[in-house]
Amino acid sequence: MLRSGGAVIHMQTSIDKIHFLYRGKYGFEEMKELPALPIFDEDVCCFLSEYSKLILKDKEAKLYPDIITFAFFCRKSNLEKLKKEYRQGARFGKGFTFHIAPSNVPINFAYTLAAGLLAGNTCVIRVSSKNFQQTEILCRILQQMYERFENPVKNYIGIITFERKKEVMDYMSGLCDVRVIWGGDETISRIRESKLQARSTDITFGDRYSICMIRAEEILKIREMEKLAQEFYNDTFLNDQNACSSPKSILWVGNDSDIEKAQSKFWDAIHEYTENKYHLEPMTVIDKYLTGLCCAIDMEGVRIKKHKNNLIWRIEIPEPNKKMQDYICMGGCFLEYKSENLDILEKVVTKKYQTVSYYGFEKEELQEWIREKRFSGIDRIVPIGKTLEFSLIWDGYDLIRELSRMYVII
Amino acid sequence: MVDYDKILSIEPYSLKKKEKEIFLTKILKDLTIYHCQNSMEYRKIMDSLGFAVEEIESYYDIPALPVRLFKEYDLKSIKQEEIQKTMTSSGTTGQAVSKIYVDKLTSGNQTKVLTKIISSYIGKKRLPMVILDTSALLRNRAAFTARGAGILGFSMFGREKFYALNEEMQLDIEGMKQFLKKYEGEEILLFGFTFMIWKYFCAELREKAYRPDLSRGILIHGGGWKKLASQNITSEMFQQELKDVCGIKKVFDYYGMVEQTGTIYMECEQGNYHTSVFSDVIIRRTEDFSVAGIGEEGMIEVVSVLPKSYPGHVLLTEDKGVILGEDDCPCGRCGKYFRINGRIKNAEIRGCSDTYADEYR
Repeated sequence: MLRSGGAVIHMQTSIDKIHFLYRGKYGFEEMKELPALPIFDEDVCCFLSEYSKLILKDKEAKLYPDIITFAFFCRKSNLEKLKKEYRQGARFGKGFTFHIAPSNVPINFAYTLAAGLLAGNTCVIRVSSKNFQQTEILCRILQQMYERFENPVKNYIGIITFERKKEVMDYMSGLCDVRVIWGGDETISRIRESKLQARSTDITFGDRYSICMIRAEEILKIREMEKLAQEFYNDTFLNDQNACSSPKSILWVGNDSDIEKAQSKFWDAIHEYTENKYHLEPMTVIDKYLTGLCCAIDMEGVRIKKHKNNLIWRIEIPEPNKKMQDYICMGGCFLEYKSENLDILEKVVTKKYQTVSYYGFEKEELQEWIREKRFSGIDRIVPIGKTLEFSLIWDGYDLIRELSRMYVII
Repeated sequence: MVDYDKILSIEPYSLKKKEKEIFLTKILKDLTIYHCQNSMEYRKIMDSLGFAVEEIESYYDIPALPVRLFKEYDLKSIKQEEIQKTMTSSGTTGQAVSKIYVDKLTSGNQTKVLTKIISSYIGKKRLPMVILDTSALLRNRAAFTARGAGILGFSMFGREKFYALNEEMQLDIEGMKQFLKKYEGEEILLFGFTFMIWKYFCAELREKAYRPDLSRGILIHGGGWKKLASQNITSEMFQQELKDVCGIKKVFDYYGMVEQTGTIYMECEQGNYHTSVFSDVIIRRTEDFSVAGIGEEGMIEVVSVLPKSYPGHVLLTEDKGVILGEDDCPCGRCGKYFRINGRIKNAEIRGCSDTYADEYR
């Protein structure tokens, strides 16, 4: 580390611009010297499961389903289950990790922290300067952890915010062994202007595209649609259809007559479930309309169908193609296309494809299919309702492996 | 086909609701059919919406195009060589701008309609005119920003024109003194854009302690309140300030957009915006685009008989407004009168998006 006067002053002004929402007893420079831990270290698992218990006891935290889901993720039994997926002993954390959480999904910062710790690292998380209740609550409970427990892991964590200053980003980037960037392509390219050390690496979560595929005849067999409607709602409207994993287009599989019936049954149910829950903004309506018209101009034979009113806009694409992924709109806008089978996806899937949610298919059949097709994209295939479920394997990365290093002794 | 000579002979505020609906429906239906035949993009849009143009019963049925579409595409119903000028919206640097392609016919009609509307307010006589802007905007006669187009359109009402601001947007006090001396005691027309007037005229007069006597002036201004509203400046404050710094009492705001140049909505003596017979405002509900009632806020749709060289005759704006009444404004003009409630705000969207990049700029 350079210790010339200038560098020290520069560093100091950078640190001054950082606001801590949680910190252990060390500064960044000392945190950097902390020994890395083995993956799924006992202290880490213990820390997270105690954290989980405190969260589940917290009155305020209980009001947030996303916080509760996170607490369940951190429960001892779940951690034990996750641990089994990894061979122990030859892996340690990479050291000092710096995470930039997305500014619009409040709970994400907690998952990236948990993944970083489970991989054996010191974790500094930059959260959005927006004030999220979830962030505040989880940091408050972290503080309780700090006061009550003598677990060394509490000093491995820093939760920070800082304003749009490149010098701070430069400083943090120069310090870390791994930089984890959640957010879109533009965020990534901007942050990449700040240099890493030679051996440090980035893990980036760029813009992705997700779809849903539904077997029409299976929809026709359903007697009570509410459960599926709720699950689809959770995948879409709950997050304004703006999470990377929220489906933007839907492939209907089956014969034409089944599909038509299934579509009307499906959208009726979604409409009914969503109508009184979703607040429709005027600008969202204009955006959906505009997206439909852009498709109509740029592609052939497009039909735009509003389902009853402006809540759900369906854009029927008779000739599915790779361009569809560029027509992204939030808040209830779906490109739809149909086919007798799944082979149609060969014409549309690109590297940008992330999550495929499905209804009416068997896991085994999909496994075989994906092995055979070897698409350039598609990292996750999950049932409808599970698109937002966090997993240590995300966007094709195994976070534990990416955030740790292996050693050999011969 | 649309007979503009006949249409434009009508007095701008003369038709009542029923007659106006018949009048507009006929013209707008013809225009819709015309654009379907002459703009491939427009036809694809109508097809995608399953809209049968032959079956139009009222202009209320015609789908409105979102104004932003003109930023994404070059929409026109004329051949490239027929383009006489291209007008663009005044977006901030880096933002996409709307491109509006105008031929000789449409351009001429824009002028005619603007003249009819304005002269119903200020009379037919041309007046000495102070333009509260810079002539630098008019250098390129084939390409206009909304501001340039506005100035050019309104400058027809001037007998002799004086541009009050130089290229650096500084007030030419000496030139102004001379101009006002020459026309002492006469009615003077002033024109400018609301925000520019506030920033480069009012503020400058205040600072320089120069108080021209414009008590015989009539000011027409437009361009929207977005910037002033963000500084919490109301229409009343704006008018008061003008009265204080130069004594202008007659101030008329107008609502209009480059996408429908010509058919502006002038504010009357009662402070209400008015639709002329050449255009209309329909307030749409967010939920289903149905027509909102009088007094009910919604999205503003604007229709105009003028756009023939491009399919901009029925547009969905990104403004919110309220119809206050129809045919019964105390000012005596027929047609709907309305209020603008500002811009539709960008949706607060949850989910993982690029907000970091936004705040990082």
